[in-house]
Amino acid sequence: MNVLLENLDLYGSAFLETIRLFVIAAIGSLVLGTLLAAMRVSPVPVLRWFGAAYVNIFRNTPATLVLFFFAFAYPRLEILDLSFFSRAATALILYTAAFVCEVVRSGINTVPVGQAEASRALGFTFSLTLSQIILPQAIRSVVPPLSSVEIALLKNTTIASGFSVFQAGGIYQTLNEQGYSTFIGLLWVALGFLILVTPLVLLQRRLEKRWSVAR
Amino acid sequence: MTAVLFDVPGPRARARYRLAAVAGGLIVVAVLAFVLIRFAQSGLFTAEQWDWITYERIQLTLLYGLLATLRAFAVGAVLALTFGALFATARLSDHAWIRNPAVAIVEFFRAVPLLILMFLLYFGMGISAFWAVVLGLMLYNGSVLAEIFRAGILSVPRGQSEAAYGLGMRKTQVMTAVLLPQALTAMLPTVISQLVVLLKDTALGFIIQYEELLFVGRQLGSQLQLDAPIIPVAIVIAIIYIAMCMLLSLLATRAERWSRSRGRTSAQVAHADVTDVEAGAGQAKV
Repeated sequence: MNVLLENLDLYGSAFLETIRLFVIAAIGSLVLGTLLAAMRVSPVPVLRWFGAAYVNIFRNTPATLVLFFFAFAYPRLEILDLSFFSRAATALILYTAAFVCEVVRSGINTVPVGQAEASRALGFTFSLTLSQIILPQAIRSVVPPLSSVEIALLKNTTIASGFSVFQAGGIYQTLNEQGYSTFIGLLWVALGFLILVTPLVLLQRRLEKRWSVAR
Repeated sequence: MTAVLFDVPGPRARARYRLAAVAGGLIVVAVLAFVLIRFAQSGLFTAEQWDWITYERIQLTLLYGLLATLRAFAVGAVLALTFGALFATARLSDHAWIRNPAVAIVEFFRAVPLLILMFLLYFGMGISAFWAVVLGLMLYNGSVLAEIFRAGILSVPRGQSEAAYGLGMRKTQVMTAVLLPQALTAMLPTVISQLVVLLKDTALGFIIQYEELLFVGRQLGSQLQLDAPIIPVAIVIAIIYIAMCMLLSLLATRAERWSRSRGRTSAQVAHADVTDVEAGAGQAKV
């Protein structure tokens, strides 16, 4: 208990950084992922190929490797001088978007064909069909797997601590330097993640009930 | 579904699609070209940056890194499968004193980030880097696998076990003769997909100094006498990982086709939200 009480501000600021990284990466990955899903079902072959290639590459690469690239190789390219934090956020967005894309696409496949046919019969274009008819239903039906992807993202933020982003995953270093027990210090971090993940799971269950499409 | 989203294009729509294809293609090409030009400016395409790949000693170093990754994967996979089978059985037990602790353990290890688990084992308990990686993989992926196994067994229709009990079978017999064979067939693709996750997670060993592929790559990439070829090394490592994971994913697709064509399981698996999502999200539903 001492480890936690005597370092409350350390834990507080670290977990705030974790939450900040999570929120930014979650919003970014949802936007990019939905966009990629739209590309994957679009009538334009070039965009479909690009979407498929993107998903295959990022789904089969470890998140650590993506962060590795942004931490060590990206500065060599001298594109934009970004902080470690922004680079970590970018890496997590690019990585998670591939999974969001697959979830949204599987959601699109669960919408009954008649819905798309009806909207075509009404003369809706592809983008109208997708944005007004299909996606609103698809996203509601994939709330549970989508939140699983974002919970995974929350846990993946810890990898950023291996690349100099100070957040919950990196607390042990500071504690270790001050002579505290690393084991106890890390147990509190684990507990902190339990506390962060649980409300998300509860929210997931509530949304699942409330938003489930009656079919 | 996707083919229903748009009509067979007429002449005007075809012209519009062509325009979109050209515009989209140009954007994709522009982004790729920009990255390639930056790569070129950072000296990626010079001979010095790729020299290292011709040295036999460096090839061997990379190979040792790859072997270390595969060793962690193999040991971790075996342990995780065992852990998963044990805890799935425990969660399905009729005895609350076995069931409840199993639920608590599985839920705990699924909610805590794998890297924190590895930190706990490595920094907190002083276990060697290899075992910290392997045990972390076992605890996390084992817990996810336990849920997959449990879902598989529960997905066999109730009538099956009721009929088996009706024939006078005992619980163990119902499980081993009726439920498990069907559940395993239905669950095989998901289990293999989870092994892809496990393979990718071995890369976390890099952060706790386990000398796997990424760790070796970091060392190679910072060697000044090789012109610090971090970008070429990262590209080579990425290709190795993508190839390995794609092979495993291919196996999962094969298994899925096999279990469907075999048609001897009555277990219903929600493929859309199990296989696709967890195949790499790295995490199951918490």
